[in-house]
Amino acid sequence: MPEPYDPLQPGDKEAIAPTGAGGPMDLAIEEAESLEKTLGDAPGPSGPGGKARSLWSDAWHQLRRNPVFVVSALLIAFLVVIAIWPQLIASGDPLKCDLSKSQEGSAPGHPFGYDTQGCDVYTRTVYGARASITVGVCATLGAALLGSLLGGLAGFFGGWGDATLSRVADIFFGIPVILGGLVFLSVVTSTTVWPVVGFIVLLGWPQIARIARGSVITAKQNDYVQAARALGAGNTRLLLRHVAPNAVAPVIVVATIALGTYIALEATLSFLGVGLRPPTVSWGIDISNAASQIRNAPHMLLWPAGALSITVLAFIMLGDAVRDALDPKLR
Amino acid sequence: MGRYVIRRLLQMIPVFIGSTFLIFIMVYALGDPVAALFGDKAPDPATAARIRKDLYLDRPLWEQYLHYMGQIFQGDFGTAFNGQPVTELMASAFPVTLRLTLVAITIEIVVGITLGVVSGLRRGRTIDTTLLVLTLVVISVPTFVTGYLLQYLLGVKWGWVRPTVSPDAPLNELILPGIVLALVSLAYVTRLSRTSIAENTKADYVRTAVAKGLPRRRVITRHLLRNSLIPVVTFIGTDIGALMGGAIVTERIFNIHGVGYQLYQGILRNNSPTVVGFVTILVIVFLLANLLVDLLYAVLDPRIRYA
Amino acid sequence: MRGATHARWAAGAVAVALAATACGGGSDSGGSGEAGIVSSSWGDPQNPLEPANTNEVQGGKVLDMVFRGLMRYDPETGEAQNMLAERIETQDSQNFTITLKEGWTFSNGEPVTAQSFVDAWNYGADVRNKQNNAPFFSDIVGYDDVHPASGDPTAKTMKGLVVKDARTFTVALDKKFSTWPDTLGYQAFSPLPKAFFTDHAAWLDKPVGNGPYTVDSYTKGTGMKLRRWDGYPGEDKAVNGGVDLKVYTDNNTAYTDLISGNLDLVDDIPAQQLKNVKNDLGDRYINQPALIMQTLTFPLYDPRWSKPGMEKVRRGISMAINRDEITRQIFRETRTPAKDWTSPALGEKGGFNPTLCGDACTYDPAAAKQLIQEGGGLPGGKVTLTSNVDTGSHRDWMDAVCNSINNALGEGPACTVNPVGTFADFRNQQSSYKLTGPFRSGWQADYPLIQNFLQPLYYTGASSNYGKFSDPQFDKLVDEANQEADPAQAVTKFQDAEKILAAQMPAIPLWYQNGSAGYAERLSDVALNQFSVPVYNRIKVS
Repeated sequence: MPEPYDPLQPGDKEAIAPTGAGGPMDLAIEEAESLEKTLGDAPGPSGPGGKARSLWSDAWHQLRRNPVFVVSALLIAFLVVIAIWPQLIASGDPLKCDLSKSQEGSAPGHPFGYDTQGCDVYTRTVYGARASITVGVCATLGAALLGSLLGGLAGFFGGWGDATLSRVADIFFGIPVILGGLVFLSVVTSTTVWPVVGFIVLLGWPQIARIARGSVITAKQNDYVQAARALGAGNTRLLLRHVAPNAVAPVIVVATIALGTYIALEATLSFLGVGLRPPTVSWGIDISNAASQIRNAPHMLLWPAGALSITVLAFIMLGDAVRDALDPKLR
Repeated sequence: MGRYVIRRLLQMIPVFIGSTFLIFIMVYALGDPVAALFGDKAPDPATAARIRKDLYLDRPLWEQYLHYMGQIFQGDFGTAFNGQPVTELMASAFPVTLRLTLVAITIEIVVGITLGVVSGLRRGRTIDTTLLVLTLVVISVPTFVTGYLLQYLLGVKWGWVRPTVSPDAPLNELILPGIVLALVSLAYVTRLSRTSIAENTKADYVRTAVAKGLPRRRVITRHLLRNSLIPVVTFIGTDIGALMGGAIVTERIFNIHGVGYQLYQGILRNNSPTVVGFVTILVIVFLLANLLVDLLYAVLDPRIRYA
Repeated sequence: MRGATHARWAAGAVAVALAATACGGGSDSGGSGEAGIVSSSWGDPQNPLEPANTNEVQGGKVLDMVFRGLMRYDPETGEAQNMLAERIETQDSQNFTITLKEGWTFSNGEPVTAQSFVDAWNYGADVRNKQNNAPFFSDIVGYDDVHPASGDPTAKTMKGLVVKDARTFTVALDKKFSTWPDTLGYQAFSPLPKAFFTDHAAWLDKPVGNGPYTVDSYTKGTGMKLRRWDGYPGEDKAVNGGVDLKVYTDNNTAYTDLISGNLDLVDDIPAQQLKNVKNDLGDRYINQPALIMQTLTFPLYDPRWSKPGMEKVRRGISMAINRDEITRQIFRETRTPAKDWTSPALGEKGGFNPTLCGDACTYDPAAAKQLIQEGGGLPGGKVTLTSNVDTGSHRDWMDAVCNSINNALGEGPACTVNPVGTFADFRNQQSSYKLTGPFRSGWQADYPLIQNFLQPLYYTGASSNYGKFSDPQFDKLVDEANQEADPAQAVTKFQDAEKILAAQMPAIPLWYQNGSAGYAERLSDVALNQFSVPVYNRIKVS
């Protein structure tokens, strides 16, 4: 794998940071250039064999050896397989229900018992993975990408763009979820998961944008960013190489938790009659149905909520591993 | 500094107009509210027509909006369908919800940051793992269930607290609802501060502070925490919205007649004066809250300046 | 660092401003347990508490305590009995002379006269007052003058109402209506004091009526305190000291307050607690029939549902619904499987007939499948049920009905549900005839008469005939029944009309809805009337 030449990777920021803790660095251009040379020649602190690596390939290298990453990746792979081929581990039909067995506990062949409608909880939990994971992952990706892009740019450049974006976000914060859901999803009538995904992205991006904006505002004050700027690095390079990697941690943390809350939000929407509709099966629908029966049939809640927990756990672990890999200080 | 704040306050004007118009359109899109006033019976056409006329519902959307805005500038936010002025509803609902929000935010800040610091400093240890598991539980069990269970156990079974909140909603009765409301956000705050702390423990100023021989406590509070708080503060700023407008479930469970409850009623009944009025005030609250957050950035990180 | 200090101050100032608005709040305002006072759950009434403007249970509760009309329905039998009326006489079932009893006054001392009724009814009918219940006066001659279908009214009073003396007035109807006096127990026909017209706003803040209770205080959105009126001239005096109505955000919250001892009476047990109710309350739980009926109405304006042969399909769908199992498993017996289009709360004398629907309302999956095939199958092989899902457990029963139909047909998910987010949206779709599949129709009768279950719903062009059912024979029988002077004969005629519904199946009877309530140990003699409203004046507090 050819490694691009990267003279000033953020991994070296420790080398520069102690020089000053206040204003911008006062380096003459020549001095800076010579410094750049020296740094570029020096072996990266983590690069094995003395080869300089890009930040991202470094991170990938780091990730592959992290057991947390391996476990979470396997778990996610398993969930994806189940989402695509649920019949692999569940032979029943999630829509086949027998009301006479309403809320009964586990029975032979039905290890998780039955829900209010007398449907098999195990089969529904397995089949619910598809819709729930699609909603959770796609909505999180959408909101995180859109939010961090807009928020990152706003925080980095400031000025009118920042003001406009922040105020638009404020308006979005004000829209009550229920009102937005009722309007958006009653106008867009479709039985697929995509309107729900779109709605959650629409609602979720302002939060991520604000988090990203805040992180970028802090990160761009760092001395190594000022140094890179003084060295003549362009805005794109500054953002991608120096600011983004140091601002990404809070976004990852929020996004991984949001994945879980988005799946739960889908439940709220279903509960209001505007979310996913039968014959779609989802954890959200089952959790919201089970929630009101918690005193009567806790097993109805336990399994879909447990499946949701495991999914969120996998993504939180993944997020942690990615974040660790991106942070050279933690190596 | 002063100019910055003034500029931010001036930005509220377009936001105010934009959000009222947006919400107005949304409530309009929900459809005709009059039909639902008659219960199971069909509306009497002549009566319905007269109600529509009096509420300006028979005019085009833009005319309805201008009429509404004209009234607002005279201090008239319209009436809810039970004949109560919306300003009266707001006067009773906002103080209650603000108190509830304050309780929830206090819990988020105190408990969330403490737990975050503890697990950030003890990464990978038992306490960290335990908190991760608790986070998962909080995320995957709906508020309805946690709220109902806590209410049942603490309020009914063991009788430690009053299970529901009385109309005046004093602070002590709002503690349990505040905890329930704060739970999900608590998960965010804990994880965010854990990550920030973990990231910053290796930072040079912390090493320097330790090297100087400062006491551990002082290093954590003055050096580590302060520099780790920006994402947490940002999150709490964005969370005020979720707490104030979105407390519908919590307010229902604990019988709190606050903003979430009134908004929900307004939405179910397509009552645009109620919804637009409440949301407008909410948006102003977010504007102030986010201004506060932006100013806090400068407090927490002296390198950030506003001109 | 100067910038930072300023920022700190500014941040502090904003925080203080936010916090300042949050302060306020006062002391705890009592709880339950006040001697002789019943505390009871309440919901915010949808409309101002004018008698002719109140058409739902929560407002109706208050009116039932604060007002007494000409007639009153016996809380046990549902029979209409004279209250303020001494007698109501007619020769032709069209012109009525009403004579009032002596000695009745409003709680402010003003006597209840014939004028009190006539003024109230004219007010209720006048379109300018926008009263929801105005159509109740539409049988009276001159209604069109005060309530024209369009344009401004040409009169302020109805010609058909004439005051003879302080205790007598006459009513002329526009057509024969033999059971009209029995409708007068409805709250829209209550008398109103002069204060209602002279100082309307003050009256709304604290309604004054002639019932066994007076309004002590009313805080909108929070609650109402009602106290026994010691000077009440009627026989049904309150046996308790008063009633405190408390507004709850949710009936589950009210239930929690009941079992933790903060509330005496909950008149709507939440569905999810029905399983625990025996455990929590023992025999302090009431579950009894009310005048509420739930049906699935077919959109007969859509030719795919109304073309010849489809009556078999409609009947087949009805027979594919396992009502017994759904009412047992989903509703825990708080609904009763429907066997006709009325309600058991009418009593068999009033027109309830448990055999009228017969086989068509009995679960028989094999016969259902065969009937649907004979009728040409479901339109497009699919059927979609629509209901609002913002209240009740509509979502649960819709799923159960669909599962029942799908299991009976055995053709995969042929039946699906279409949940609608708000009642307003559902109502708009329904009244603009946009729905293309069966939809929920709930009907709570205004008075215990079989006429009220049939005419407004299935008569050609009737106000709540959302499916646009039309059958000349049905209309003819209803007309005849209304002209019948003998009540028993009238009921028989109505039942004949109802048999046409059984043959045509324009709406599938699902179940009768019961009233349910739970109460604290210190209460006794708690009962619900046919409208599922507690009979407050009879409740004893120990």
